[in-house]
Amino acid sequence: MFHKLDGAKLPLGLRLICSAAIAALTAVLIAIVILSGPAAPGLQAEVAAQLARSGVDNPVTAVLLNFRSYDTLLEVAVLLVVAVATMPAPGRRLRPALAPTGDMVLIGLIDLVVPVVVVVGAYLLWVGAYAPGGAFQAGALLAGAGVLVSITGRFQFSFGALPARAILALGLLTFTVTAAAVALQTGVFFQYPTAAAGVLILFIEAAATISIAATLVLLYGSLVPPAREQESGP
Amino acid sequence: MTQDLIYSVCGIALFGIGLYGLIIVPHILQKILAVNIMGVGVFMLLVAAGHNPGGVSDPVPHAMVLTGIVVAVAGTALALSLVCRIGELQRDGADEEAAP
Repeated sequence: MFHKLDGAKLPLGLRLICSAAIAALTAVLIAIVILSGPAAPGLQAEVAAQLARSGVDNPVTAVLLNFRSYDTLLEVAVLLVVAVATMPAPGRRLRPALAPTGDMVLIGLIDLVVPVVVVVGAYLLWVGAYAPGGAFQAGALLAGAGVLVSITGRFQFSFGALPARAILALGLLTFTVTAAAVALQTGVFFQYPTAAAGVLILFIEAAATISIAATLVLLYGSLVPPAREQESGP
Repeated sequence: MTQDLIYSVCGIALFGIGLYGLIIVPHILQKILAVNIMGVGVFMLLVAAGHNPGGVSDPVPHAMVLTGIVVAVAGTALALSLVCRIGELQRDGADEEAAP
């Protein structure tokens, strides 16, 4: 399938020049890092000072979902854009589902693992307020469970139906609507009221988790090479 | 300090390795992998920059790296789906040439 995706090999002279240039660039960068001395103090003091107003106790979550919410909003938007881009175009046939597997070990493993993964994902989402964890970790874990289920061939996640597509957009929608709703009260986009910040962050993260998991499952499904269809040959 | 330096230098080395792969290696899948390696190098550099020996680490680079990982995954998926489509189109073209 990928036999023609090989670009032309660069001529030897050009390869040598490029290699030398890359080596020189790397050496210069390393020299800069070594000679520049210790880094300037970061923003940990500022973050720690404002942490009590953020609604969460984990500084990374506070930065992601309160202090720099725009970054995370745009990140969720990037995921949605990529999901739309990899979705099969209307009218194009969906990739055929995998044949249901008769592998009892795989099926038994999934029956055991998927419920546990769902619980651990919910835990990771919850613990993000206090310790490393959060929407993306939980979403990635749930997506892993989704991929496991989809490789049995017993279910196919096609994302052709409107509700399924709505799930993909749920995270971005919740994020934007919440940001706008708090702006009605506080006057600033993304300026959560301090008392409600923790609940709002958990609410946004829960919606984002579902969308992230769905998007990653979609990305996996759209990248599985289609089985060679014998019947559609010329 | 030394530990941060090791991480920073390794990050830059990974960036260089990735850049080499991006420019020199001809196959498109390997180029996509190379861009990912470059990204990992940048993430290592950022995490090392946020490390504060003997104190609380700077959470801002950590958050940036988390965001960056997700965007890198999304970008890789987009690139791979484009490659899949190119492969399909070329296969269809080859089929048509083989059986006119």
